[in-house]
Amino acid sequence: MSTNTENIFYRGYEAVIGIEVHVQLKTQSKIFSADSTTFDAGDNENTSPVSVGMPGALPVINKAVINYAIKAGLALGCKIREKSVFSRKNYFYPDLPKGYQISQYDEPICEHGEVEFDVNGKTKKVRITRAHLEEDAGKSNHLGQYTLINYNRSGVPLLEVVSEPEMHSPQEAAEYCRTIRSIVRYVNVCDGNLEEGSLRCDCNVSVRKIGEKKLGTKVELKNINSFRFVEKAIEFEIQRQIDAIDNNEKIIQETRLYDSDKNRTVSMRTKENAQDYRYFPDPDILPIIIESSLIQKMKSEIPELPLARAKKYIEAYAISKDEARQLTEDLELASFFEKVGKLSSDYKAAASWILVEFLKDYFEKSLTLNDLNSLKNPVSAERLAELISLINKGTISGKIAKKVFKDMWTNAKSPTEIVSSQGLVQVSDVGEIEKIISQIIATNPSQVAEYKSGKTKVIAFFIGAIMKETKGKANPNIVNEILTRKLSE
Amino acid sequence: MDILNFSFTEAQAALKNKKISAKEMVQFYLNRIEKINPQLNAFLHIDQSALKQAEAVDQKIARGENVGLLAGIPFGIKDLLCVKNMPTTAASKMLKNFVPPYDATVVKKLKMADVIIMGKLNLDEFAMGSSNENSHFGSCKNPWNTDYVPGGSSGGSAAAQAARLVMGTIGTDTGGSIRQPSSFCGVVGIKPTYGRVSRYGIVAFASSLDQAGPMVSSVKDAALTLEVICGQDANDGTSSNKPVEDFSQKINTSVKGLKIAVMKEFHNSDLIDSDIRKTYESAIDSLKKLGAEIVEVSVPMTKYAVSMYYLISASEASSNLARYDGVKYGHRSDFKDLSSLSLDEFYSANRSEGFGKEVKRRIILGTFCLSSGYFDAYYKKASQVRRLLKNQFDDAFKKCDVILSPVTTTPAFKIGSRVYDPLRMYLNDVFTTSTNLAGLPGMSLPYGLSKDRLPIGVQLTAHHFQEQKLLNVAAALEETSLVKNEKPHVY
Repeated sequence: MSTNTENIFYRGYEAVIGIEVHVQLKTQSKIFSADSTTFDAGDNENTSPVSVGMPGALPVINKAVINYAIKAGLALGCKIREKSVFSRKNYFYPDLPKGYQISQYDEPICEHGEVEFDVNGKTKKVRITRAHLEEDAGKSNHLGQYTLINYNRSGVPLLEVVSEPEMHSPQEAAEYCRTIRSIVRYVNVCDGNLEEGSLRCDCNVSVRKIGEKKLGTKVELKNINSFRFVEKAIEFEIQRQIDAIDNNEKIIQETRLYDSDKNRTVSMRTKENAQDYRYFPDPDILPIIIESSLIQKMKSEIPELPLARAKKYIEAYAISKDEARQLTEDLELASFFEKVGKLSSDYKAAASWILVEFLKDYFEKSLTLNDLNSLKNPVSAERLAELISLINKGTISGKIAKKVFKDMWTNAKSPTEIVSSQGLVQVSDVGEIEKIISQIIATNPSQVAEYKSGKTKVIAFFIGAIMKETKGKANPNIVNEILTRKLSE
Repeated sequence: MDILNFSFTEAQAALKNKKISAKEMVQFYLNRIEKINPQLNAFLHIDQSALKQAEAVDQKIARGENVGLLAGIPFGIKDLLCVKNMPTTAASKMLKNFVPPYDATVVKKLKMADVIIMGKLNLDEFAMGSSNENSHFGSCKNPWNTDYVPGGSSGGSAAAQAARLVMGTIGTDTGGSIRQPSSFCGVVGIKPTYGRVSRYGIVAFASSLDQAGPMVSSVKDAALTLEVICGQDANDGTSSNKPVEDFSQKINTSVKGLKIAVMKEFHNSDLIDSDIRKTYESAIDSLKKLGAEIVEVSVPMTKYAVSMYYLISASEASSNLARYDGVKYGHRSDFKDLSSLSLDEFYSANRSEGFGKEVKRRIILGTFCLSSGYFDAYYKKASQVRRLLKNQFDDAFKKCDVILSPVTTTPAFKIGSRVYDPLRMYLNDVFTTSTNLAGLPGMSLPYGLSKDRLPIGVQLTAHHFQEQKLLNVAAALEETSLVKNEKPHVY
């Protein structure tokens, strides 16, 4: 059930959103042939008689695809069917070489799942109706009156994750898509790249008057290649549909494409003459029988998922909900955080350093999160932890730490080495600090008088002067303590 | 040395003893094809590489290398199987110019056994038909009487084999397409168990029914061919991992104690004409004399076999033939201007011009059966009854080893006599379709001659993967066959 605690309404209407996410599984070969699935191959290089539907060619299921689907299904909270069946979806289109797409129909591999995520601080649950396997089609390139077809994508494995229509705002929809992406990346079955189309979100949107039980006519939105556009496209579509209804226009069942340049949706094809796909079980592929031992094996390979991880961060490490959500969205990031936290024994500082300082600089180096725990990352978890430890041990101040941190991106030395070679070790010698403070107090009698008259804000002047004198290395806690004592004498 | 009547074993011995070369053997048959094929129209393509293939085999023998089980044997292949770099038309205008870049697994296995591929053989378009009259390239004729059909769909294979234009052929059988023409032309034809032979590279008609098999001159040649073409194939997920036996060496002609069944529903059919019944009953008598026990079984669901067959095969065909739309495969209409053409008009023109009448009839029937609202009543119901049929056969085979029946209701009929009556044509398949629906192995063995001197076969059916039993009973019957020493008119 949807645990939406807050009703979201638009001008007296409620929006109802269901989403189909096409997850491209990153197996090395295609779903029914040994063809490679590389993204950057030359035109029609990744093809064979099977993937171009040559007369006589037959599909043979790639077992890795089944394993990936089981893993993704389990991570999405689905039940894995003991027996699932591939069916043919019959329709004519030039990029479909066989005249049918091999998909799953009434017996999909995964069904009855659920995902949970937060929107504006509220927990939302969305049920997943089913997740079924299918083959991708080729790609058409239109050139004047001609169309050229590249079949490299033909037969690339897809897992289509279908939600129940139980989202009610663009934000919920976008967050749902992010959650699906995060999960399929966690279980390492999809790279989640929206720009390259390895994750495609088709959103079914309808509106109805508040209180109305019957669903309105739904419109399918396609061509959405970022989560931000999921929000914008749905927002536009909700308003467009309400405008239409208010103007006594009928909503027609159709597919609309999102145009991100103009931030609007435009009609692609109507579905009024509902196409009859004449599904029937594909006689070339025997039913897929999945043993429970395989499900157990796949289960054992699933890492702790974002939701459970975030809960652990909040409860065990006292990390804020928002930070926990950000840190767990990606498995590499979560692992990096956990390593820094463990090595420095300070998870809170690790979270704040990673989210506030580290990621900003990291992305500027045009690195991706996949490189986070690799040698490509100059600021390893070990070094970041070391830096945090240096602060916590009092070796350097937080301010100096930020300077050292900047150096760490280009300097091959460890933070300890940077601190010592640049003489940045914090001055914590009470005698030495006291000497400097006495001298500054002596040379600034008017500021001393101001302080004594109750204008205690002037203390900042003294701290500034002391830090200038010590080049920022004086231990701020000791400075504070001695200065307050001396000024009160 | 009687090259014309060589069995595979005799040809192998002659080759190994250097009494003849593969090249001489192939030349002998090329000459026959050149001389005789014009009367029959059995070959759609005669391959120019045949002599080169033969030379390669001769060189292997000269070098003392091991050669394959069927080295140097000239084979014709039904033009439904892909042979690399040879036209593969399925006897359709649609695939007139299709030259596959790969070999069907059956062809690959034959080549590995050093068989010589002589060319491609005529058939009904996309294997849809029982008379070979549905070929885009013209009817093939029955060598026993060229006014008569050779049967179908593997009519070219049956005719070429009966007239000995080759030493062996491959056909395919979806509802009787090996057994019926084998019966009409007097050759030995086997449809193996579904899953025995890979379907990879065979232009699909009805995927859950299609199976390739040998159409040859003797039971032993059939057994040898089976040994070569059977076996699991990584390219066909429906192929079985059952081990392939040495069928030819295990042939046992003693039927003593074997239980041979007549099936009540077929035995009592009033569709059977008198020539057919005579041949069928003489086969029963022979088996009795040879010591077999004749029992009766009943498979009531066979009553619905033809209906089920046409629903299921047409449904699958409507989907399998969707790829012939003029985009990547199939005939493309001579469009003057593509720019003002809708996609539907494009497909419609290509498919209207490219497919023949019978194929269109089945595509329309199949499309209808799979349509929403009709699927449950037709395709789904047929699939459920199919399961019952299979179960009833399972029960029947608890009581017998092999079922004996007629192959067809009549001997070969005259060309043109049934083309205007598709339903009557479909009834040709009344005894053969059950075998495919239940996935069983079936066989036609030449056993008699009609009063018009047309050959008549008897059908043997066994339980799944019991091809050896078929071969054993057939080998026993072969000895007593009344057509054994008869030759067709065109020979």
